[in-house]
Amino acid sequence: MSVRVGKTSTAAEFPSAAKIALKNDQLRKNVHHATNVIRNKRALRVEEMPDWQLLRDAASAIKAHTLKNLDTYLIEFERNCELAGGKVHWARDADEANSIALDLIRQYNGTEVIKVKTMTSDEIQLNPALEHAGITPYETDLADMIVQMGNDEPSHIVVPALHRNRFEVRDIFRETMDLPDLTEQPEELTGAARTYLRERFLNVKIGISGANFAIAETGGVCVVESEGNGRMCLTMPDVLISLIGVEKVIPRFEDLDVFLQLLPRSATGERMNPYNSLWCGVHEGDGPKAFHVILLDNGRTKLLHDEMERETLACIRCGACLNACPVYRETGGHAYGSIYSGPIGAILSPQLQSLEHSRSLPYASTLCGACYEVCPVKINIPEILIHLRGRVVREDQATLSGKLGVENLAMQGAAMAFKSESRYEAAQKLVQIGQGLFERNGQLTNLPGMAGAWTKFRDLKPIPKQSFRDWWKSRETSKPGGEA
Amino acid sequence: MLERLGHTVEFPLQQTCCGQMHYNTGYHREAVPLVRRFVEMFRDAEAVCVPSASCVAMMREHYVMMAEAENDPAFLSEVRSLLPRIFEFSELLVDRLGIEDVGAEFAHSVTYHPSCHSLRMLHIYDAPIKLLRQVRGLDLIELPNREQCCGFGGTFAVKNADVSVAMLTEKQSCIIETKAEVVTALDNSCLMQIYGGLHRSGSPVRTLHIAEILAATSNPPHKPTSKGVGSGIEGYGLQPVHSERNELGALAPEGKAE
Repeated sequence: MSVRVGKTSTAAEFPSAAKIALKNDQLRKNVHHATNVIRNKRALRVEEMPDWQLLRDAASAIKAHTLKNLDTYLIEFERNCELAGGKVHWARDADEANSIALDLIRQYNGTEVIKVKTMTSDEIQLNPALEHAGITPYETDLADMIVQMGNDEPSHIVVPALHRNRFEVRDIFRETMDLPDLTEQPEELTGAARTYLRERFLNVKIGISGANFAIAETGGVCVVESEGNGRMCLTMPDVLISLIGVEKVIPRFEDLDVFLQLLPRSATGERMNPYNSLWCGVHEGDGPKAFHVILLDNGRTKLLHDEMERETLACIRCGACLNACPVYRETGGHAYGSIYSGPIGAILSPQLQSLEHSRSLPYASTLCGACYEVCPVKINIPEILIHLRGRVVREDQATLSGKLGVENLAMQGAAMAFKSESRYEAAQKLVQIGQGLFERNGQLTNLPGMAGAWTKFRDLKPIPKQSFRDWWKSRETSKPGGEA
Repeated sequence: MLERLGHTVEFPLQQTCCGQMHYNTGYHREAVPLVRRFVEMFRDAEAVCVPSASCVAMMREHYVMMAEAENDPAFLSEVRSLLPRIFEFSELLVDRLGIEDVGAEFAHSVTYHPSCHSLRMLHIYDAPIKLLRQVRGLDLIELPNREQCCGFGGTFAVKNADVSVAMLTEKQSCIIETKAEVVTALDNSCLMQIYGGLHRSGSPVRTLHIAEILAATSNPPHKPTSKGVGSGIEGYGLQPVHSERNELGALAPEGKAE
């Protein structure tokens, strides 16, 4: 079994990828602007909800219960979906899911497919697998289409082309749609996309979607979106294939009451999604004639045994944590090297792959807590980041190179120094003497080793000649009668 | 300042570190002896005043969890007994002692950066503002986009130095926009980051921990006005305040390092 998440296995580590992103002023401007807009819209829509915290509690409780009983609910979903005329396939990993999808497309003699926005298909790299087999996938979500046409990678869970502005979109459309006179007017851009897409909606016979929710009680599936292009893909083709991560199941239809209030407000700052599609199996003369579900594990079930790690699977992919994150705000999504970027990506990507890849992501956070504050299902992301850092450190310490690494040695040294006051004071004295070598005009500006990463950009005050402890001691002894 | 308010202050010299740096970087095993040491040092204190919000967050968020993982009931019960007696500095004054006016004087314009741990983990919103508003001569200016992180993040500041500095640059421009002479916070770690950026860029804005501002007095000090305040002991506040800011170092005395 091989778990793959996008292109994480070949991605650069976050600090070096971030460095490249930080040099791209246009990208940073676009990301700043887009996250500001969504963040402010979200705040307005959340403020008007007096029961927002109760909704978060409810969502968190529903997800916790479901994940604890995931086996039961998945089997219930399978049964009810098939009773309604759907067919459920189980995929252990990315390769299995891709080959199931390919077999189905071949079975229906398809040479092209239209796709609803689905991050899960990017996770398993479905498009390259289809193209490799001679099948053409068309992304129909406007932003996903921009990403696909630009040979790009999504940089955000909800708004994957957030790093592009309309001038860049104009250039991409001009080239791929052969429209040399296209301007950057939003009406013209959407007009061009509409003409291009309608042709596909009318002619392509197979649709592929993800899912926001799979309902165990009814066997139904729910997809929410803003453009209506998703609705077209879900209703017009003869065959619909839905790729669904196993964590997307919820027990009851009425649980949607909670999630459909939280999701649009958190994701796009809308009270309700413009298009909420819900369907159950197949119906004569209405919608696709065949409906297939691929239930995907790809590393998810490994997270179930640990209560804290399991929380990660509660995510409903609203992207609020990305928009709130001050780190994401500076770098955008590509620096994370995973299609799951931002705070949720920093905990999800490494865990799905047993920390084999994306090992630098748990450190791509200041633990400021902005993500946890906005999370509609209350995933304590900072706590999980710290937990994963613990796993990374323990694994590293089990190797010789990790044991002898600069960071480990520094941390062991600090731990030793902190174990007794005399060692602590001795260490402080040592620094007081040593720092003289690097002091210039009363500042430390050029420290060696790890500390050099500080002084490369920032000044540092040296430890004063009299430390607080020295001062306190002299103060105590000079007091009349030595009173405390 | 605490003595000026009539309290007896002890500083156990045996104390070292609360374990936050190790724990947050993933060195969980290494943090345990530090936590044990901290609990032992302060077990008998009536109140523990911690002038660092992120250290208090470390204690409140992780000490119980760590003690539980140690499977040591005695340790766990000591942690549980100590935690309610631990206060962040502004919490101690406003919430525990009910004091807002500490009798300070500081004739400068100040902007307040609410550090992430104070805000989102300790939920400290008004306490520092209330304290600063009562300081004589102090002109409190609101910091734009103030809830955004300064980019410190402990070892993040060196592991991801480039991103850390990008975040700091945003924070710096917000601070400079206020035209305040001083930026203050409840965390020296954030202030170290902010100082590092401001000073490197040649900005005259100074960084002071809120305790340094609240300790500042004119000579003789004003009598604090709130109820429950003892007679003032001679203050050891900042040197007489200067209004000129033409040279760095005019506002603060020689810093005291921990």
